[in-house]
Amino acid sequence: MIEEAVRFVINIPFGFFGSEAPEWLVFVHCSLIYGGVFMMAFISVLAFGSVWAERKISAWMQARLGPMEVGKYQGCLQTIADALKLLLKEDILPAAADKPLFTIAPILVFAGSLMSYVAIPFGPNLKVADLDIGVFYILGTSAVVVVGIIIAGWSSYSKWSIYGGMRAAAQYVSYEIPTALHLLPVIIMAGSLNLIEIADEQQFFIGPVDCSFLTWNLWPWINPFATVSFIMYYIASLAETNRTPFDLAESESELVAGSHTEYSGIRWSFFFLAEYADMFVVSALGTILYLGGWHGLPIPVIGPYLAPFFFLFKVLFLMFIAIWLRWTLPRLRVDQLTYLCWKVLLPFGMVTVTGTALWQLYFYKTPVGVILGTVIAIGTIWAMIKIYRSESIPEKGKPMARRDQVAATPS
Amino acid sequence: MFDFIFFVFSFVCIGSALFVAFTPNVVHAALGLASTFATLAGFYVLLGADFLAITQIAIYVGGILVLMLFGIMYTHTIARVSGEQVMMQVGPALLVVILTLFTLVATILSTAWPVKEVAPPAPTADRIGVLLMTDYLLPFEVAAILLLVALVGAVVIAQTPVRKSIEESVD
Repeated sequence: MIEEAVRFVINIPFGFFGSEAPEWLVFVHCSLIYGGVFMMAFISVLAFGSVWAERKISAWMQARLGPMEVGKYQGCLQTIADALKLLLKEDILPAAADKPLFTIAPILVFAGSLMSYVAIPFGPNLKVADLDIGVFYILGTSAVVVVGIIIAGWSSYSKWSIYGGMRAAAQYVSYEIPTALHLLPVIIMAGSLNLIEIADEQQFFIGPVDCSFLTWNLWPWINPFATVSFIMYYIASLAETNRTPFDLAESESELVAGSHTEYSGIRWSFFFLAEYADMFVVSALGTILYLGGWHGLPIPVIGPYLAPFFFLFKVLFLMFIAIWLRWTLPRLRVDQLTYLCWKVLLPFGMVTVTGTALWQLYFYKTPVGVILGTVIAIGTIWAMIKIYRSESIPEKGKPMARRDQVAATPS
Repeated sequence: MFDFIFFVFSFVCIGSALFVAFTPNVVHAALGLASTFATLAGFYVLLGADFLAITQIAIYVGGILVLMLFGIMYTHTIARVSGEQVMMQVGPALLVVILTLFTLVATILSTAWPVKEVAPPAPTADRIGVLLMTDYLLPFEVAAILLLVALVGAVVIAQTPVRKSIEESVD
């Protein structure tokens, strides 16, 4: 039924021209159907869901109720009401703005996010393009988003926006290289840039049962360096999606939304949609590279049919962590972000890439490697708990030194 | 099909290159350059060089263009960047342009271009990797050393005022 409907829509040009339909028309038509209908629908539903989830989760974390009025259950239709409001809003073009660029910027931002979806496989057969360089392609498309944000900041002719644009540029220069470096260990392990091959590399079956959850690249017994890389990639990906603690480019409390201060209505909602679309892309990339993609559901017969849902579940879980962090951590300063990316994530990236290469030679999926990796992981966690306890618990009868000093110094 | 896309790309590429040359607005010029880079990536895709195409986008649009815009934003007239189009040395420039054009056209016309059927795009990334580590190891390493030199140089240049101020405070 659905398949027939899809085939009918795709064949519309042939209906007008018969088999003589020009190839370019079929091409344009198919890309419009795919990009404009399927992916827009997916991203819209995703954004509606995650915006509502974000508001409810933030409310829950701050002991509030959040949206309660619209919709029968917990204000679940609030986002749709907001979207309608945005669509009906007046489209304001600032008088001093650079009009062509002001118009192009939201398109660039959203197109950059949309382009990434071409390369993401949602399941073993649920993919648009089996790109041989999928990881690299997704990294490349994120550049387009940043150019859009910078252009939005510049063309608005507003001081908040231009600071937002400058910060976005500084932020991109900071996180771009660490992100790529922390994807490299997995690429070394799989020996491929193809997302499907990388996911399949992490398969592990005991009989008919899919036990891939034991061999995800994330686990230290597969490669302890990849575990470090996963955490670092996740941090860098938060910077990529402009989420707190790295939302310098659009910090609401100091830059009044930064690069999109001057935007309103439907143009603004494109920035908003792009943020959630981007969150999904980086989480999906993390899932495929480190969490085994759609593999690892230990149900024998119907497991393969549930694979895309399991993939979505993992992606949404990573998105949930991003939301959780947003409502937990304060915002970093610009120089702190650059410090973090260049002086912490980058050296760690060099170590993990070199370490993975060596690990791959001697220990990858060998018994010695499994034991060594587990021992390293347990040792690290034990050391971290030890350090955390020694720092956080002050000795009896002795006030914490730092707090004392802060109180004594007049600000 | 390929012809159609090729002509669209050519049109956009040449058009935006001309736009870069003639617009007085620096930011507009930078965006025109982005469009030129992106369409060049499109040509690489048409030639089956997928890795090169994405490299073009990631390095030129992502790296160089963002740095350019970053640099423009740090100049003192960020809000309205506009330079005047000044024509200097029209005669010599025209001479050089005509000579270059003549040489290029003559070369293009006199070269026997190998024409092949359009082959289905094959993966290129692994072959590029193997070639970089075997046949082209020396250029690869030389490029790496060049980048390292640039990196160290940037650190040294950025460091100088700090060292001076420390020495002054010691004195």
